[in-house]
Parts: sequence; structure tokens; C-alpha cells
Amino acid sequence: MARFRKRQEQGPKGHVLLRDLRQNRTKWLMLLPAAIVVILMCYIPMGGIVLAFKEYNYRDGIFRSPSAGWSNFRYFFLSGKAWSVTRNTILYNVAFLSVNTFFQVTCAIFLSEINRKWFKRTTQSIMFFPYFISWVVVGAFVYNLFNYEFGSVNTLLRQIGLGEVDVYSNAKAWIPILIFASLFKNLGYGTVMYLASVINIDPMLYEAADLDGATMWQKIRYITLPGIRSTMVILILLSIGTIMKGDFQMFWQVTGNNPMTLGVTDVIDTYVTRSLMYLQEFGMTSAAGLYQSVISFVLILGANFAVKKIEPDYALF
Amino acid sequence: MKKEGSVRRHRLHDTRDRRVFNGIGYCYITVLTLFCLIPFVLIVSGSLTSQESILANGYRLIPAEFSLEAYEFLFKAPGDMLRAYGVTIFVTAAGTAVSLFITSMAAYVLSCTTFRYRNVMSFFFYFTTVFGGGLVPWYIFNVKYLHFKNSLISLILPMMVNATYLLILKSYMKNIPESVIEAARLDGASDWQIYTLVAMPLCKAGLAAVGLFTALNYWNDWYDAMLFIDNSKLYPLQYYLNDILNKSQGMAAAAAQAGIPVAQIPAEPIKLAMTVVATGPILLLYPFLQKYFVKGVTIGAVKG
Repeated sequence: MARFRKRQEQGPKGHVLLRDLRQNRTKWLMLLPAAIVVILMCYIPMGGIVLAFKEYNYRDGIFRSPSAGWSNFRYFFLSGKAWSVTRNTILYNVAFLSVNTFFQVTCAIFLSEINRKWFKRTTQSIMFFPYFISWVVVGAFVYNLFNYEFGSVNTLLRQIGLGEVDVYSNAKAWIPILIFASLFKNLGYGTVMYLASVINIDPMLYEAADLDGATMWQKIRYITLPGIRSTMVILILLSIGTIMKGDFQMFWQVTGNNPMTLGVTDVIDTYVTRSLMYLQEFGMTSAAGLYQSVISFVLILGANFAVKKIEPDYALF
Repeated sequence: MKKEGSVRRHRLHDTRDRRVFNGIGYCYITVLTLFCLIPFVLIVSGSLTSQESILANGYRLIPAEFSLEAYEFLFKAPGDMLRAYGVTIFVTAAGTAVSLFITSMAAYVLSCTTFRYRNVMSFFFYFTTVFGGGLVPWYIFNVKYLHFKNSLISLILPMMVNATYLLILKSYMKNIPESVIEAARLDGASDWQIYTLVAMPLCKAGLAAVGLFTALNYWNDWYDAMLFIDNSKLYPLQYYLNDILNKSQGMAAAAAQAGIPVAQIPAEPIKLAMTVVATGPILLLYPFLQKYFVKGVTIGAVKG
């Protein structure tokens, strides 16, 4: 029996797979539907990467369209667009990451020290709620606040006798608006996550610190912050891995795809979608998409490598 | 997880710096809570204001002139709105059910230690989260080869299998003690029976969290509709709202249906009333479902 098994395992690789397909038929069948969806939605379109090197026309399809060499990439980079959308994407993500992390962590620390249960529960529920609404609704909020003629902000400014602001012609105004929109949507989510990590800190540490006469600030500095360090490091590293991906839904809905402000608000994802939908510019947009995918991939590998060095348990792969 | 750590470490005596700290904490949290709350209040109060009042005074925190005209208008000829609701409910229900079924099934297989190819197949799914072909090839494949333009399946299939959720469910299933699965196997249970009778009931919390996040993604989706749906009869709720908010056609169609000239409709409060109507169900269900979401988030935090 032992010898028989040994011979089977030594057989060619394909043979083992075929045998497994037969023996574990049910398991493979149970895996099949999910695998088919992933193949259809992810792996087959990956083959379409060749499009970045083609001059696409609808009749010939992805594979039979004539080759264009690197001209799509050349066009994308020489148009100056590549630089501006890349810069916007990265700078916005850095701003979102730092602002959101700061407020999420401070919120979690303050909440963990508050003992009034109803206060804790109510505020947490309200802060978490924006996470559950769609970006279209957030777009309606922005419209309601900043519309020039009837927006709440201008109504208020008029009431207290200050001049109105016109954000729709002032591109720079969108930088703080987008940062606030991101905070509005993500504050509660991150707070819940960091709060879980604060609560997991061993209470004995605080009791010992109390006996030693430590102040609140010292306890935060030497117990709480080190206690949530690993969660923070991991979440930040993982965000750095996706720093080349702009949150399309947010940028599209919050700015209302306003042509006046594109220089400041256009990120790679909105640029690609707009070129695809309005200009039908297939070759150049796939080049832009491929450029984004490849850099993202490298960044994620790098981030994962860093996580592995710091906290091997939390590495993604 | 320890319950309410802060209660356990409640001090015997409140020191002065602790009182200062908590004072700042209460103010800080209150300000941030208001920051998250006020936009909702503004929308609701705006939707309850008359058109003239908005044109004259602008939107305010408390309506200058209370009026239900926007809601009256919306519910007078709710045809389009109800159809959009119907599309969204169908997509959410069908999408979530199928997604949860095939995802959990795959998660079960990947969690089996007896499955030789579990790591290879896990990577097969995981890889899709780190690399993609980009929007354009995906779009062309869906439109030209799968013929998804103007079909509801284009709203369901793209979000059907989410590798992150799959791996979260897998880690839930891995937590089932090996001995339980082994006992079932010795009793002659097949993989299908172990999955339906043992694994699923033991992962209810994980299924609830993943199911709710999936349902939320379907409910809030408008992106796929923007790409694939031209026929306004197939618009899901969020995209219909987008249409009302951003395009005059949406409003004009609504006016025509109600038999009112476009110039006379209370366009401003209608935008906000429609926003309220589209968000209402989430707000109503939120108090009951919040704890599952919290669980889902914290699981994701522990192991993504």
C-alpha cells in the first residue's frame, strides 16, 4: 500500500492533478462557479492588456486590430496628462490617508476612554452611518452645501454678512472639499477598526501604569499607541499599496465631473473612464490603465514585503 | 475579544488629568459626530422646504417654510421611481443570494486541509485583487463578447465574487475545529453535506457580515449602470437618483409623467426628496444590522 502511494506521488504532475480532479470531484465542482466568474470577469479581460499596444477598432475586436507598438503610451505621456493625473492621484491619496488615519485613531482613543455607554453608542452609530450610503448621495450633499445660488454654505455666509463662495469656478476649493468628503465617509469605519484594536490591549498594563502614577498622556503615549501600532502600520502600508488607485466613485460624484476643475480634481481613474465614455479613445486609455495596474502591482508587492518584515502574521501572501 | 475594556479599567479615583482628557474627548467626539450628522439634516430639511422658499432664501438647517410638495410630486406619479426600486431590489436580492452561495462554497473547499490545491486556488482568487487588466479591456469584453449592454446581468456579475470576502469566509471556515469536520466525514458525510450541514451553520456570523456587505455594494452601485445601461427603464435606484440630480432629462421625464410643465415642478426640493427616498431603506435597517457590520469590519482588521 505504502509503495503504491509513493509511486502515485512520483508520477508526472499532470497525472496528480487529473487524479485529484477525479477523486475530489465534489470539491472541484463546488469551486467551479466562483472560478468561472473570476475567469470571466478578471482573467479573460487581463488578456485584453494587448489592447494597450493596438490601434483598436470595433470591427476587428481586441486581438485582430492592427498593432500600434508603444505609440499609445507615447501619446499618453507626451500629452502631459500622465504626469498631472498621476500627481493628483498620489497627492490626494496621501492627504486622505494622513487626515483619515489621524482622525480615526484620535477618535478611537477618546471613545475608548469614555464610559457613558449611550454616548459612545450613539456617536459611533452616527459616525459609521455615512459609510453605508452611496457616493451619489454624497454628491447630493455637496450640491446642497455648495450650490452657488441656494447652497447652505452660501445661505449661511449671506446671513452673517460675508461674501459668497463659488466653488464651481475655483478649482483649489475642491482639495479641502474632497478631503472632507473622504473623512465624512470613512471616519466611522476606521474608528470601529482602531477601537477594536484599542480594546484588545491588556487592561493589566493600564492598571500597572496607574499604580506607578502615570498620567493620561503617558498612558496614551506608552501603552495605547504602541498597542495599536501594528494595526496602524499594516493599514497604512496596505493603503500605500493602492496609492495609484483613485476612488473613482468619490471623485466623479463629489466634483460632479465638472470640466472647470479637472486640472486639480482629475485622477487616473476618472481620466480613464471619461476618455472611454466620451472620447471612445480605446488604445490610449488602455495604455493608461495598464500603466496604473503595473505600478500598483509593484507597490502592493513592496507593501506586502514591508508588512512581512514588520509583522509576518499580517502579510497578505 | 474582551468586552468593553474601558469599563474594566475604570479607576477608583478620577485624577484631574483624566477629567481634562475626557472633557476634550467629549467635545472632540461631539464635533466629529455633528460633522457626520449635519449633511443628513440639511438634506431632510431641504426636501421639506417649498421651491419658492429655496429660491428666495436658499437651503437652511431648519426649513424657512415647511412644505411637502416635493414628496407629493414624487408620489403622484411614482412609476419611474418604483421601477428603479424594483431593479435595485431584484439585483440586490439575486446578486447577494447567488454571490453568497458560490462564494461560501468556494471558501469551504479552500478551507479543507485535505484539498491538495487549496493554496494554488487561493492564490488564483487572491491574484485578482492585486492585478487587473484595467477598465477598457474589461469593458470591451463585457460589451462586445458577452453582450451585456442593457442587460441586468451586467449589474450582477461584476460584483458576484469578491476575493476579499471569499478569503474572509475561508478564515471563518478554518476556525471550525478539525475534529468536527473529521467526525462528520467518519459518519460518511460527503463534502456537499459537510458544507451545508456543518460548515454553513457554524459560520453564520461570517455569512451575515459578508452577505450584508455584498448587499450594500449591490444596493449602492451605480457605476456598472453608468457603463452598461442606456435604457432608462433598467436604471437601478442610485443611477436614477444620479439622473435626477445631474441631468435635466431625468427631471423632465418625471415632470412629463406627472403631467406638469417642467418649469413648474419644484426641482430643488425634489432632488433632495429623491435622495431621502433612495437612502431611506438603509437608514431604517441600519440600527438592526449595525452590529453585523461592526463584526465584519473588525474581522477584516484582524486578517484581511
